Amino acid sequence: MIVEIGHYALVLALALAIVQGVAPLVGALRRDAALMAMAQPAAVMQFLLIGVSFAALTHAYVTSDFSVVNVFENSHSLKPLIYKYSGVWGNHEGSMLLWVLILALFGATVALFSRGMPDDLRALVLAVQSWLSAAFLLFVLLTSNPFARMIPAPIEGRDLNPLLQDPGLAIHPPLLYVGYVGFSITFSFAAAALISGRIDAAWARYVRPWTLIAWIFLTLGIAMGSYWAYYTLGWGGFWFWDPVENASLMPWLAGTALLHSAAVMEKRDALKIWTIFLAILAFSLSLLGTFLVRSGVLTSVHSFATDPQRGVFILGILIFFIGGSLALFALRASALKPGGIFAPVSREGALVLNNLLLTTSCATVFVGTLYPLALEAMTDEKISVGAPFFNLTFGPLFIPIVLAMPIGQMLAWKRGDLYGAAQRLTLACAIGFVGAVLLYAMRGGPIVPPVLAGLALYLIVGSFVEIWGRVSGGSSVGAMFSRAIGLPRSAWGTAIAHAGIGLTLFGLAATGWGVERIVTVKPNQPVVAGPYEIIVRGLEPRDGSNFRELVAHTDILEGGRLIATMDPSRRSFTTRTMVRTEAGIKTIGLGQVYMNIAEVRDDGSLDLRLYWKPYVALIWLGALVMALGGLLSLSDRRLRIGIAKRAATRVVAQPAE
Amino acid sequence: MIWAAFALMTGAVVLAVLWPLGRARTAAARAPDVSFYRSQIEEIDRDLALGLLTQADADVAKAEAGRRLLRVSDEPIADGKSRGGARMAAVAALIAIPAVSLTLYLALGHPDLADLPLSTRVAERQGQSEVQSAVRKIEDHLAANPNDGRGWDILGPVYMKMGRYEDAARAFGNANRVLGDTPERLTAQGEALVYAAQEAVTPQAQEIFNKVLDMQPGHPVAYFYLALAREQSGDRAGAIEAYSQLAQGTPPDAPWQPVVRARIVALGGTPPAAQEGPKGETADAVRAMPSDEQRAMIRTMVDGLAARLDADGRDVEGWLRLLRSYKVLQENDLAKAALVKARNALNADPDGLSRVNALADELGLKS
Repeated sequence: MIVEIGHYALVLALALAIVQGVAPLVGALRRDAALMAMAQPAAVMQFLLIGVSFAALTHAYVTSDFSVVNVFENSHSLKPLIYKYSGVWGNHEGSMLLWVLILALFGATVALFSRGMPDDLRALVLAVQSWLSAAFLLFVLLTSNPFARMIPAPIEGRDLNPLLQDPGLAIHPPLLYVGYVGFSITFSFAAAALISGRIDAAWARYVRPWTLIAWIFLTLGIAMGSYWAYYTLGWGGFWFWDPVENASLMPWLAGTALLHSAAVMEKRDALKIWTIFLAILAFSLSLLGTFLVRSGVLTSVHSFATDPQRGVFILGILIFFIGGSLALFALRASALKPGGIFAPVSREGALVLNNLLLTTSCATVFVGTLYPLALEAMTDEKISVGAPFFNLTFGPLFIPIVLAMPIGQMLAWKRGDLYGAAQRLTLACAIGFVGAVLLYAMRGGPIVPPVLAGLALYLIVGSFVEIWGRVSGGSSVGAMFSRAIGLPRSAWGTAIAHAGIGLTLFGLAATGWGVERIVTVKPNQPVVAGPYEIIVRGLEPRDGSNFRELVAHTDILEGGRLIATMDPSRRSFTTRTMVRTEAGIKTIGLGQVYMNIAEVRDDGSLDLRLYWKPYVALIWLGALVMALGGLLSLSDRRLRIGIAKRAATRVVAQPAE
Repeated sequence: MIWAAFALMTGAVVLAVLWPLGRARTAAARAPDVSFYRSQIEEIDRDLALGLLTQADADVAKAEAGRRLLRVSDEPIADGKSRGGARMAAVAALIAIPAVSLTLYLALGHPDLADLPLSTRVAERQGQSEVQSAVRKIEDHLAANPNDGRGWDILGPVYMKMGRYEDAARAFGNANRVLGDTPERLTAQGEALVYAAQEAVTPQAQEIFNKVLDMQPGHPVAYFYLALAREQSGDRAGAIEAYSQLAQGTPPDAPWQPVVRARIVALGGTPPAAQEGPKGETADAVRAMPSDEQRAMIRTMVDGLAARLDADGRDVEGWLRLLRSYKVLQENDLAKAALVKARNALNADPDGLSRVNALADELGLKS
């Protein structure tokens, strides 16, 4: 009965979503307060219904109810409990259910936490959000129903894809989806603004926390996915420029641009059209990602069992929402009142530059991702656009972004002083330069890694120069400390998030100093990787609940002294007769020793992939730091206004995040 | 019970939508904008007092916020009164929500199906877990002694019963490797491969069936699957010919006769008239077989089919074939049991259900 209640709750949610999509919209257009007020309880109710539905499916997974086709196809009674929970979204149908659940979650949170928001804006936002819900609920129910049944229920399930039987599955998709789907709410805000004509600084203030939440989660989700790929796929790579990865990077770039341009809109009432456009763009790119993953136009680790009918359905949703919002945009854009004006060299100007560079880099990723698909569709010719293309296009675009980041922080609103800003960055430049030279002297090798590392150091130091400038005026350490505490948290957020990018960049630069060894060894035969000696001590077969594994107990020695051990293994999953390797990873300082067993030979010798990756942990730590910056900025609930300058010597009161 | 739950849920949703319609409201729709800029100005004053802003900065900022405040204050303010839309919306919600959800649910859902968690299913099939632990033990034993052919030979049919066809094919293959090929084991291996490939006779399976025919010309199971392979590769004429030979060459009461004849009809051919006795090369070969062996082979085929349908019962053709086979084998009890299972399995497939019922009448199966 629980399964059917979940199914009915989902259908009921669709019926409710249709009502919630129509009544408040009519209410807002006719200024009918009662109709507008329907939106809030409906949004909360919709979330509860989808929540019931999700709980019912989870229950079916946990109790191994194989009369539910989706559970039969993706679960196994012997699967560890955590994967029974996370397996709910480890497949197409379940993950779409998670998708609509998060969609409804955002609707419900807007309904609950928007007391200060104008009624008509709230009603419109919730109505548009509900249109999205209705479209995706219909998609789930008609093409990907997780509650399809079969009788008699098979005795045993087909088990979850072993690559997904990993704690990463519990974390990565929910984070990523909150990020992806989070941009739905900024999209709804943009559409609501266009319908009501309410496009002003107040709008930017209301939409700010939502953009930040989506951006924080997307950042974490991408980083988590990258780390998961790094430790599971077994060859030490962490970013493959795979179309699906690009599909998550594009909304991130657009979302980052949106974050910055919304700051300009909030503080200076400028860049309005652009901000609305970015809000539409960010979610459109999220939808595009969904389409790429689910339609079967491409194959990758992420594609679920695909089916052209689903692809056509999502394409329809895509065209309806993107086309509809762009049409609305075209109708309204000309009617917008121009906002604050500013000089080219100013905080606004720097943010415009940031936006241009981010959207251009987003466009290069877009081209690199879709061009091969389009070419194959039209001429049947298969080309592969991989790391070289992106390194040559995306890389050079990102360098000016990094260079300009601290400068932008230093410029005043409305009109700034470029020379003055550059002067204050002397220290950061010097540290970057000296760092690069020192690293080159120490490590040698090609020139690119030390240059990028120097750039990263410049960015990390430069991010805090502006804060230092505002704190260093204090007469004593205590006074400086209280000044630092008194600074708006959004200022700290900006600095920390920028420094996070610097950390990630440093980690990326350091990949150039890594060591890779592909060797065949016998137990107790040492291999040297970087400063360490790695010795496989012995092999041991072990039994897991639904797999067997062969574990290689391995010691890591430095200068003959044992400093760490690790246990990489090869796991064989019986139900799907698949083998998955568990890399052995040991973090030493900020670097990692990474070992993967590629093959076990009959004579007991092992084919190993061994890596020493200095500073590699910084890549993901940087993302965590970025998210922390976003969180600080999010916690700053104050209203903001950019203080225009007449002279560049004054101190900026409140910077952009 | 379940309908009561549905009614409650629907009622809660309708109430949630109607609730705000009944409440009077006074708030002016545009007021928050004005208060937004007012609080912005207040905040500037607060920052000034805290020393975060200089007087000059505060003046500039306040001037700008003031300009924006003036601009929004110019705009018209909604009176917030409902204009009769509320009643219409109430009626629409009352009708639309139950109508949409019930129509869609009745089309998609299975309100009569109870949950079937593992615990219930295990209770239904006592001994299942014992089989599993036994399998596990044999697997462990074989992992250590991969050359124990008898172990593999025991495990193969068990895997088939459990629906683990890939594993079954592997087990039969290992048994053949260790103990040497026999037509029975090869046939079993080939059949497992076919089931594993969703009834596609893969090149690998064809190779195995050809090997069986080399060892024992006219082996009907191998012969049948090779005919099926022809059919699947699009060679209709060849398939009809092969099926006809099989139908002609084997006893008219052989359990595969209905299936083979049905295939011929499905392909647009005419099945050969029933013969007094088998003739031709195939028939000689089958007749040459000891009758125990013949029966055993037939049983394997039918049991395999039954096991597959137990695991996944959505195959109408399979059920029809199984019922006919049991009837021919004069296993009336098994046929009746299979009929019950088939009706359960095809619950959601009215078309298939009526075909099964029609056949049951034809075969005289009363239940």
